[in-house]
Amino acid sequence: MEMSGSIRIEADRETVWAALLSADVLKDCVPGCQEMAGSPDEGFAATVVQKVGPVKATFKGEVQLEDRVEHESLRLVGDGKGGAAGFAKGSAKVTLSDADGGTQLDYEVDAKVGGKLAQLGSRIIDGFARKMADQFFERFRAAVEGPGEGAEDDTVAEDGDAPKKGWFRSMVSG
Amino acid sequence: MPKDGGIGASSKRREDVRFLTGAGNYTDDINIHGQAHVFFLRSDIAHGTITGIDTSAAQGMPGVVKIFTGADFEAVGGMPCGWQVTDKHGAPMQEPRHPILAHGKVRHVGEPIAAVVADTLEQARDAAEAISVEIDELPAVVDMKAAVASDNVKVHDDLTSNLCYDWGFVEENKAATDEAFKKAAHVTTLELVNNRLVANPMEPRVAVGDYARGTDESTLYTTSQNPHVIRLLMGAFVLGIPEHKLRVVAPDVGGGFGTKIFHYQEEAFCTFAAKACNRAVKWTSSRSEAFMSDAHGRDHVTKIELALDAENNFTAVRTETYANMGAYLSTFAPSIPTWLHGTLMAGNYKTPLIYVNVKAVFTNTVPVDAYRGAGRPEATFQLERVIDKAARELGVDPVELRRQNFITEFPYATPVAVEYDTGDYHATMDKVLELSDRAGFAARRAASEAKGKLRGFGINCFIEACGIAPSNLVGQLGARAGLYESATVRVNATGGLVVMTGSHSHGQGHETAFPQVIADMIGIDESMIEVVHGDTANTPMGMGTYGSRSIAVGGSAMVRATEKIIAKAKKIASHLLEASESDIELKDGAFSVAGTDKSVAWGDVTLAAYVPHNYPLEDIEPGLEETAFYDPSNFTYPAGAYTCEVEVDPATGEVSIERFASADDFGNVVNPMIVEGQVHGGIAQGIGQALLENCSYDENGQLLTASYMDYTMPRADNLPQMDHYVVDHSCQTPCTHNPLGVKGCGEAGAIGSPPTVINAIIDALQSGGHRVDHIDMPATPARVWAAMHG
Repeated sequence: MEMSGSIRIEADRETVWAALLSADVLKDCVPGCQEMAGSPDEGFAATVVQKVGPVKATFKGEVQLEDRVEHESLRLVGDGKGGAAGFAKGSAKVTLSDADGGTQLDYEVDAKVGGKLAQLGSRIIDGFARKMADQFFERFRAAVEGPGEGAEDDTVAEDGDAPKKGWFRSMVSG
Repeated sequence: MPKDGGIGASSKRREDVRFLTGAGNYTDDINIHGQAHVFFLRSDIAHGTITGIDTSAAQGMPGVVKIFTGADFEAVGGMPCGWQVTDKHGAPMQEPRHPILAHGKVRHVGEPIAAVVADTLEQARDAAEAISVEIDELPAVVDMKAAVASDNVKVHDDLTSNLCYDWGFVEENKAATDEAFKKAAHVTTLELVNNRLVANPMEPRVAVGDYARGTDESTLYTTSQNPHVIRLLMGAFVLGIPEHKLRVVAPDVGGGFGTKIFHYQEEAFCTFAAKACNRAVKWTSSRSEAFMSDAHGRDHVTKIELALDAENNFTAVRTETYANMGAYLSTFAPSIPTWLHGTLMAGNYKTPLIYVNVKAVFTNTVPVDAYRGAGRPEATFQLERVIDKAARELGVDPVELRRQNFITEFPYATPVAVEYDTGDYHATMDKVLELSDRAGFAARRAASEAKGKLRGFGINCFIEACGIAPSNLVGQLGARAGLYESATVRVNATGGLVVMTGSHSHGQGHETAFPQVIADMIGIDESMIEVVHGDTANTPMGMGTYGSRSIAVGGSAMVRATEKIIAKAKKIASHLLEASESDIELKDGAFSVAGTDKSVAWGDVTLAAYVPHNYPLEDIEPGLEETAFYDPSNFTYPAGAYTCEVEVDPATGEVSIERFASADDFGNVVNPMIVEGQVHGGIAQGIGQALLENCSYDENGQLLTASYMDYTMPRADNLPQMDHYVVDHSCQTPCTHNPLGVKGCGEAGAIGSPPTVINAIIDALQSGGHRVDHIDMPATPARVWAAMHG
């Protein structure tokens, strides 16, 4: 499936770019992420626990940052194997542009699932992927700029691993 | 007057006592001391190259006995295909190797890659999770036309293309058929899809392999419609076990619908692994596994054209069909869209010229093979839909257009190689119109319209071919098996008898119906007769149960064996009665001398056969046991006419089946109650195809319908009320070439009903002013609503 969207972040492009390359930010922004280790150049190894319809599984996989054009665009490419649950993989093309003192982040996501996830969850997979993408970028915005205005984030509430809002900017701005 | 026994009686199904009280003995009920369990690690990728399988982490896990991969099966054969089709150029079909476990590549989601044998199923499953499989994913091909149009994605690298065969039938008629289309006064064209289905028998597949080291004998217990065929295929072509060292047992089988005909990898695996592990190995399919490992059914994409002259006589039929084979050739897959489909394209009509083209295509999907009707529903659907469309285009009554073109003289040789022995298509049409009260339809339509619903009346005729035969003909057509049936009748000293038949039952009621025939022949009570089937160790060679063949072929073999029994018993009786053998008559279980009151009971004769104190030992051997093999001279040709009335809710597109009536000609009927049950069930299955069931893949070859959340089976509330769900078999033109005059009833309902339902839906929509010519199955509310709104 394919989907796209954009969000506006109240931070400059350099700050947003740095956040995109941070394993810690990615860990906090990927819904259900348990572990994320690695570097932008080597790629990140990730463990994500997710429930799609009736299928709950631990996905182990990798996230690579490809096609990097500094401060402008990159592609997040990831795949995860969930054992008996099947697999999920996808990519997100992220483009940054200036917008009234902030940064506009446009994304185009292409996601695929296979195995039991496709067999049992196909009817709900589109909605699920949309929700995952929305959550990821909303968390990302929150991490960069601080608390949003009532951003919906039920995975956070469920898993109790809510990221500290705005922590990334407070960290980089000292 | 209903009979209370013998042929024509609705004897209650004796097997139901155990089925309904939990006393059945299904394959999963078989547990062998010390058995291990196997879990198959299946591909969740539709197409890819296996670059590595690492089983090291799994090897040492608790309970693991042995882990197998494709490399372990290099020394044995692949899964065999039982039918070779020759293409329109005279070349044999392309036949890929079909490994037991994937080797080198995976070609469909669900293909087994590795198998873990462990003490318990849970341990096997846990260990399978620890196996690391690296697959370089390749693009998958799912769409048949795309698979043929381009070789960009080849399912099998060693084949020249994805085209299994391009079949033309009858190729010699092609030019004349094309010419008839040029001269036609009217041509009706229809493009349609016959949707892919999953059989979903109530009992999933199970296999238990066992091995006796002391005697080097292998035994396979399996959910099969034809255990002898499995023994032959697996023993001779896959594992190299001679038949005398291999026993295949199929105990009670809980439904099959064709999908349990075929020889599957899991059967070969369990037999192989039992010897390799020196331990029984059991596999029980989960429902999710069944969706991606049982052979699927149907999946044709067809363009059909019907040519008519100025008087509305059919002058020619021309079709082009793409038939999905899936990733590999299942046991009988190539024969379904050809010899069980092309030969039926005459239907009930005297169309003089017919040309059928079928392109069988490999795709990255589960293999496709026979499913209740197998080729004949696909033929009937396209023919009856295009006739209905032609009637609408010409503004004539669809009943009259059919009647005008009916075959009325028998035997009738069709232009597609078969000869119908008997039939009376006007009789079944008359009967169904009476049963369905077509005359009252206008009033019912008005009543539906008054409540805001559209009501439609659908009519349909069908012919089918049962008991595929004879062997010498099917051999020429590419069958790699004979298609006879066998029976041994063993009479015991006290007069009871056992029929050991090569037919098998997966729900048809053979244990009841077969004794009815013998009871009539001898004149004894049905309860004195027992049927034994499903075990190669105690039944003669048989071809099993499919294609509605059991009573016509297996029943005929049983009749022949019983005739031999009676002939010998008459010799014994003539000795006992001191009369000429030619004067001996058998009636009501007693042998008498014609024109006298001298007689001897059946039981006295059978006792004499085994206690031969007063016996013609110089002329005949003691004992009373006979075997017969019966190879039919032709198919049988059941036919019928069906009607359906639907209501369509124009607000939602939802279709409700209000009435359904069927008038079938099955020739003579052995047990009317069983026949009616078969037809009711077949129609329900056809309604499932027409309204609900659809197996779908995404463009990456991911199976999207692998549970009952997404694959909709028909339920009671999808069917009409029983008083408007009428099945009739009173029109009977007995088969001319088998001893019982029977034709076969197992598939008729599933063949005749799908076009009946769609014809009714189209009629309903047209009555509401919607110019809808066709809706592909399943006619879900979304599809019907979309068709109504352009």
